[in-house]
Amino acid sequence: MERAGGFNLEYAPAPESVAPVRLASQYGLFIGGEMVEPAAGRLSATVNPATGEALAEIGVADAADVDRAVAAARAAWEGGWRDLPGAERAKYLYRVARLLQERAREFAVLETMDGGKPIRESRDLDIPLAAAHFFYYAGWADKLDYAFSGRRAASLGVAAQIIPWNFPLLMAAWKLAPALACGNTVVLKPAPTTPLTALLLAEVLRDADLPPGVVNIVTGDDVTGAALVAHPGVDKVAFTGSTDVGRAIGAELAGTGKRLTLELGGKAANIVFDDAALDQVTEGIVNGIYFNGGQVCCAGSRLLVQETVADTVVGKLQRRMDTLRVGDPLDKNTDIGAINSQAQLDRITELVASGVAEGAELYTPPCELPERGFFHPPALFTNVSTAHRISREEIFGPVLSVLTFRTAEEAVAKANNTPYGLSAGIWTEKGSRILWMADRMQAGVVWANTFNRFDSASPFGGYRESGYGREGGRAGLLPYVELVA
Amino acid sequence: MSSRLSVNKTYKQFVGGAFERSESGRSYPVSGAGGQLLAHAVQGSRKDVRDGVAAARSAQTGWAARTAYNRAQILYRVAEVMESRRDEFCAEVLRAGDGQSEEAAAKEVAGAIDRWVWYAGWADKFATVLGGANPVAGPYFNLSVPEPTGVVGIVAADEPPLIPLVSRLAPVIVSGNTAVVLASERCPLVAITLAETLALSDVPGGVVNIITGRRDELAPPLAGHGAVDALDLSGCGPDLGADAARQAAATITRVVSASAAERQWAEEAAQSPYLIDAFCETKTVWHPKGR
Repeated sequence: MERAGGFNLEYAPAPESVAPVRLASQYGLFIGGEMVEPAAGRLSATVNPATGEALAEIGVADAADVDRAVAAARAAWEGGWRDLPGAERAKYLYRVARLLQERAREFAVLETMDGGKPIRESRDLDIPLAAAHFFYYAGWADKLDYAFSGRRAASLGVAAQIIPWNFPLLMAAWKLAPALACGNTVVLKPAPTTPLTALLLAEVLRDADLPPGVVNIVTGDDVTGAALVAHPGVDKVAFTGSTDVGRAIGAELAGTGKRLTLELGGKAANIVFDDAALDQVTEGIVNGIYFNGGQVCCAGSRLLVQETVADTVVGKLQRRMDTLRVGDPLDKNTDIGAINSQAQLDRITELVASGVAEGAELYTPPCELPERGFFHPPALFTNVSTAHRISREEIFGPVLSVLTFRTAEEAVAKANNTPYGLSAGIWTEKGSRILWMADRMQAGVVWANTFNRFDSASPFGGYRESGYGREGGRAGLLPYVELVA
Repeated sequence: MSSRLSVNKTYKQFVGGAFERSESGRSYPVSGAGGQLLAHAVQGSRKDVRDGVAAARSAQTGWAARTAYNRAQILYRVAEVMESRRDEFCAEVLRAGDGQSEEAAAKEVAGAIDRWVWYAGWADKFATVLGGANPVAGPYFNLSVPEPTGVVGIVAADEPPLIPLVSRLAPVIVSGNTAVVLASERCPLVAITLAETLALSDVPGGVVNIITGRRDELAPPLAGHGAVDALDLSGCGPDLGADAARQAAATITRVVSASAAERQWAEEAAQSPYLIDAFCETKTVWHPKGR
């Protein structure tokens, strides 16, 4: 690749060891504190997307299994969890946080093997943040009386939680920690392509002596999820995933009295003004769209650059993209790992083809992709119109669309010109402009001179068709309590 | 000598700050507690609902951009104007209602006025109570603030005639939302009298739009309207509520309904800052700290 003065500047491979991970050949469902076989005995393979090879066989829960799991959760709620003093619930959650920290390397490697994300991200972001989330909400469990003015917080009962494949353990933590802190019990359904860290978490929950049935984990497919949502024993549904599935769940729950929170898609604008620090901006844009291969609902997938600096920014971006390392997710130097599944790779490929067909100009750096597995190079489109599919539809891949604007008003109009409203980025050195823009963004999270920052104390969630309800912070308790006068 | 012939009021819908008949030209008879005819109320149409949403949409940005202090004063002004017309409200509630006593009617009106005063005071406080700084694990400024979600559709409970409507409307608009209200189907007239006080209280046109008519016909299109951001379906029965919620799901619109405690309309439990929050979006802003 790149040579300067005769020195080879390419990085030597730096593979993370898979030794900490002990995979079983087959996994059952976690119900009532036990690993059990699915009633119908159905199994499905989970695949390492970096190799295409199966890692293990996973149980596929059907309606009968879901029924057992909900019954176990109900029994655990009525049998003591709801009446346990908050201070005791807190201690269980602190234990879980500590156990996750102790086994962090094992979780990180397993997350990368099952989901394809770079080990640098699973090691430095996913797993530490998951542990932090349990630690944060542990502290709320005995302080709920201080969380809500003039109201007492009562638990709801059994929460059904359905999570996506892009941050498997982290999403499990985001769902479980506040639900348990507030005194609910849970049936959690991991995504079909990334069940392994949730199943390893089951081991952690057992090691923490969490009472049987407080958390139940049912792996499976769409049928499993539908059975869980429709189960009459469920009091609350929390879903993170696509907007279309969110619509279907909303319709299914209509008139049932079950509570619902949704964290759905996004098509975030990342807005760059001409006075911004452009080298810092370049790093921010790259982090905004190529973090986790762009498989992030809040990804900064629409770059809005002020016209006067558009060529400069695109040039800097292309030079930076040339240095991104795409490949083995277990290599500690990898920037962009594997796409989560063949189906997701197909969707990305199809949308990229539509961008070319509709007349946008595609740039991808000259990089060699691994021969096996599901990979997509970082991609950048210029000459994009607001009507193009690539600037309207959520791609969920490493694909950036560049649009331009002249005035701040035009930037606001273009940024909000989407049915979504999850996140937005603003880059400028002018403080008053940041606040003026932030006020006008129809988005739940606004990153100014930064992007893709997450914290257990910071609420996350969207406006409009990006869903409703927040996860993180005090606001993240509200979906899991009934406020009583 | 004959007594003076009274001048009867025509009760029209309230859309975009104007009192209008339905584009459909329909009306329906409204009778009082004793079965006597009180008036013919407008029987609004789907088109009227759409017009109400359009008026609410165009008023929303301006209303939200008012200072919190200004919205507080306007809501307080609503209480002032209602207080000055208290006898009229009492008489109207008594006429419309389900045979409640004079004392009960007076209590309902007083409760409704006091509810405006209570929510008026929240305008410049709820963000302090519901939002705040988040101590993130890194060198970042991080602040969460509740913002109005936009346009809210409200299906008012049928009875009593006044206080349920006020109890659900005030927390919606205090934060900067605008509203499209389907008034009580059985007792719609007092909602229009309320609209008159709103019009006299510097509430900008379009902030509150009140449609009268058949709930079964109008709630589903209101719920399914793409420009409606949240719904309060407190006035829908189980079947209609389910139907409206299905319409709402298609556009990812959240649905709120009054709890049993909140239906003790005259009680303190019927008012809460968390009712304001239910129609807000939490926005969180990050910025790095550095030299």
